Amino acid sequence: MASNPMYQFNVYRIGPEIKLGSVDISFTNASLFMVISSLAILIIFNLGAKKKTLIPDKLQLLSELSYSFVAKMISDTAGSKAKPYFSFIFSLFMFVLFCNMFGMIPYAFTVTSHIIVTFVLAAFIFIGVTIIGFMKHGLGYLKLFVPSGVPIVLLPLIVIIEIISYLSRPISLSVRLFANMMAGHTMMKVFGGFVISLGIVGGWLPLSFSVALTGLEILVAFLQAYVFAILTCIYLNDALNLHH
Amino acid sequence: MLKKIVFLLFVTCFACFNTVFAAESGGMPQLNPEFWISQIFWLIITFGILFIVLTKVILPKISDNLETRKSQILENIETADKQKQESQKKIDEYEKIILESKLKAKSYFNEAREKILDDINKKRAALEKDLDEEISEVEKELSDLKQKSGEKINKIAAETSAELIKELIGEEVNSSSIAAIVEDQSKINRERKDV
Repeated sequence: MASNPMYQFNVYRIGPEIKLGSVDISFTNASLFMVISSLAILIIFNLGAKKKTLIPDKLQLLSELSYSFVAKMISDTAGSKAKPYFSFIFSLFMFVLFCNMFGMIPYAFTVTSHIIVTFVLAAFIFIGVTIIGFMKHGLGYLKLFVPSGVPIVLLPLIVIIEIISYLSRPISLSVRLFANMMAGHTMMKVFGGFVISLGIVGGWLPLSFSVALTGLEILVAFLQAYVFAILTCIYLNDALNLHH
Repeated sequence: MLKKIVFLLFVTCFACFNTVFAAESGGMPQLNPEFWISQIFWLIITFGILFIVLTKVILPKISDNLETRKSQILENIETADKQKQESQKKIDEYEKIILESKLKAKSYFNEAREKILDDINKKRAALEKDLDEEISEVEKELSDLKQKSGEKINKIAAETSAELIKELIGEEVNSSSIAAIVEDQSKINRERKDV
């Protein structure tokens, strides 16, 4: 059972069954790792923000570098108008990053490897960005689907394509993160399985692969969090600065 | 080669999955909706709390901290600039003072030189005047002497010629005629000399 590479993605209940009406909202291992990630973020950044010295110590430097990293990312992609959404994008980036990174610990559960989690995040972003767009530009936000400088003959086709690409945003955003995390963890598990099955003689090759994959997966964990946040910034940019 | 191995591994894995999942509860655990609501619920709670705490408590602190550091650094740079300007001013003043004192020294030197030159000139003028005076006096004496010597020579010549004549011819010749002849002769001599 445990040798099944998909076994690691199983969600199981921890503690008693909690029911809200007829809906099961029990505390699961997924919930546990969400709580752990959030707590880790809060603890690290709280410690980093507590001291107010002119020359920062390590945690302070970490939190301040993260702050300016996300701030720069937002101002580069979405401009100064996106400043009010800084804290949301910061929390989003940190949450996804910490969930991905905690998933890299052996026997840990990867929250972001579940399509439902990433889809809820992406759908929230999609709905929020659409609401912001309509609030800022009214019905003029629909101009987003009509790029300028397109021949009239092509316009119906382009508009349809634009609408489809806009509507597929939450799906692409969520599937990208989920598929990356799932594929990476599955692959590591598979190679781990090969180490066991090939034994002490032939197991060295998959073991070295596993080591390399661990490094790659840590990179992917950071990169996917970054991509998730930067795509959010780009969608936000479309909503804030309508330049089509 | 490596690609081929990886590809083969993938194929075998996939085959494994399919057989395993066909036997088990069908497909990926991600698509099992049993705990979807629970995951959404806990996601909203954890992310919501994270978002609120970060927004209300932690991020303002970090931004404050960054802001104070920035302003402090700017302030420090400003004071440094100010101090630099002040020191520049001081250096300028110092250089000015040195330049002034150099000029002053030069002017003192020049003054002293002029004074000395003046003195020398004055003294030289006085000396030259004295010399001129003395020279003119001497010249005057000389010319006097010359004039007088001419008369005396005439007189001596007349006396000598009178005595010579007396010795030669044994009689006295009128002294005034001798004097006249001597006078004439000396005049002729003088004219000859002049010519």
